[in-house]
Amino acid sequence: MKYKGRFGDYGGFYVPEVLIPVLEELEREFYRFYKDDGFVAELAELSKNYAGRPTPLYYAKRFSEYVGFKVYIKREDLLHGGAHKVNNTLGQGLLAKYMGKTKLIAETGAGQHGLATAMIGALFGMETKIFMGVTDIERQSVNVHKMKLCGAEVIAVEGGTGTLKDAINDALRYWTAHVSDTFYLFGSACGPHPYPTIVKHFQTCIGTEARSQCLDQIGRLPDVVVACVGGGSNAIGIFSGFMDDEKVKLVGVEAGGKSVASGKHAATLVVGKVGILHGAKAYLLQDKEGQVYETESVSAGLDYAAVGPEHCMLKDSGRAKYVAAEDAEVLDAFALLTKKEGIIPALESSHALAYVISQSGKLPSDTVVVVNLSGRGDKDVSIVEKCRPLK
Amino acid sequence: MKTYKQVFSELKRAALIPFFVIGDPAFDTSFEVVKAAIDAGADILELGIPFSDPIADGPTIQKADIRSLCNGMTVKKALEFIKKVKDYKDIPIGLLMYYNLIYQYGTEKFFNDFHQAGVNSVLIADLSVDDANEIDGFAKSAGLDTVFMVTPNTSEERMKLIASKTTGFIYTVSLLGVTGSRKQLSGHIGELIGRLKGLTDVPICVGFGISTAQHAATIASAGADGVIIGSKIVGFIEANIENKEKMLADVSAFVGEVKTALDNNA
Ligand SMILES: Cc1ncc(COP(=O)(O)O)c(C=O)c1O
Repeated sequence: MKYKGRFGDYGGFYVPEVLIPVLEELEREFYRFYKDDGFVAELAELSKNYAGRPTPLYYAKRFSEYVGFKVYIKREDLLHGGAHKVNNTLGQGLLAKYMGKTKLIAETGAGQHGLATAMIGALFGMETKIFMGVTDIERQSVNVHKMKLCGAEVIAVEGGTGTLKDAINDALRYWTAHVSDTFYLFGSACGPHPYPTIVKHFQTCIGTEARSQCLDQIGRLPDVVVACVGGGSNAIGIFSGFMDDEKVKLVGVEAGGKSVASGKHAATLVVGKVGILHGAKAYLLQDKEGQVYETESVSAGLDYAAVGPEHCMLKDSGRAKYVAAEDAEVLDAFALLTKKEGIIPALESSHALAYVISQSGKLPSDTVVVVNLSGRGDKDVSIVEKCRPLK
Repeated sequence: MKTYKQVFSELKRAALIPFFVIGDPAFDTSFEVVKAAIDAGADILELGIPFSDPIADGPTIQKADIRSLCNGMTVKKALEFIKKVKDYKDIPIGLLMYYNLIYQYGTEKFFNDFHQAGVNSVLIADLSVDDANEIDGFAKSAGLDTVFMVTPNTSEERMKLIASKTTGFIYTVSLLGVTGSRKQLSGHIGELIGRLKGLTDVPICVGFGISTAQHAATIASAGADGVIIGSKIVGFIEANIENKEKMLADVSAFVGEVKTALDNNA
């Protein structure tokens, strides 16, 4: 490997030997193409006309009145597929194509990354397999159906609790046996090097756009930028635009599940301890001996025991702050944005909104907060209906 | 304490190395199974401490990990287990496990404690030679041998690097994939052993997918110094979970059969 892939002491490539040559190849090819004129032009064209970039920055007036300060929403929910995931799958999918790979595999939790990969598999005519835990298949059945419609095979993963961690385990195992023709399209800014770097690269468009939209529309930078954190891709994407603007506070919101005290949550950065899982050194939810915990959250996309290495570094340095939002607050936030703005947010993104709502009364009225609305909530309507039946 | 070197130089044939997950299905039965394998002719033991997320393992060993963890296996109890095995017989033991368990225990303390209990080497499935500096100082001061993996897609340059960091044996993975028994041996294994032998004098042990006495003999004929058999043997535990006598008998019979094949091949 040419680079270590470290963010401070975090990250690296802690993988079985058989995966080293493929990660080396991926690193080499990424650095070969990511600034290549042809590659950049093709990705820009697809981002605009296929995915729908740039996405708007929307001033949510009625929501702002409710919380008592100015809230701007970065509308990643409007992208094709309904989430920020397509930024990454287009980028990596195109890389796979440039590398001459003919098959894609991916893990998925909420099914958003699986769907975004299945779309790209269809777009480029590549055979696509999506690994998904059985619990997630059940709670995100609409996305499963959409993936199949795109022509992808959805592989049900039985291990563990049948959630994202188990899907990654099986996708990695499959990859070790099919390294020569298969591209593993990893879904978040975590996992072994070079994925955290690659995924961040393809998600920085969120932050770059949001920053210049703030300057254009508001005439200044925001005071706070908020995003939900599962593996950390949408958060690192929007944070990256403001990283050097030291006055801009960055807040990542993790899944507090039932509650952090109950142990039934996925608040990795908030209460985790450093360890090694899925190829990287990072904060991890684990027991004293290092067995990795099963996590719990109303949102499948945040239901993960590890987190991206760069977020670990940002937590330690204090550049970003990480908090948890509990399921009940998240469901309130989902309902509130829908009612006030007619925008149905993904349950993942509702975590970011829940934090914003929790700041009501604590921030001066001229405060500008940018929230990354990482996805739309159509996929979650049946879960919300179950948790909060309409009268 | 018996060393790998002693075993490899005393034996006139390839070493027979069964793999077990410590505590599979539970502490006491697991110990009896290991004893049965020793009595039937194992030369070295490869033992795993179960982990929640074994990404290099196929279904058979995943299930063994779950059985063991569900029955209360811990790193601390694994240490006791190893002492018990060493009390029974002074046989070299290699651990094969995942990094996080070692990292949480504290790498230096882990290596010291487990070496004292009788372990000869620790192979970390998810730590490559690129990060050997995180462990090799501690391994050396604890008195452990180092073992790293080579796979069919490892470049020649990298093989040399791996050989230079290895003091125990090179764990040569016979195929591209995870652990699990296979009907047929990988077609490239003979060539892979040959390439390694051309590069280094470090002993070469071959594992992953070796499932019959015939497979073992073929690997030995190709020049391997040891044959590691995991999933096939662990499968006897799974298949006889309700019948301990048969479990022990099957493990013993299979290990005996492989030993005979290796003896005849000498
Ligand atoms: C809409 C949405 N937001 C956020 C996430 C969490 O992922 P990440 O932290 O990588 O942005 C997911 C994951 O599935 C998602 O679907």
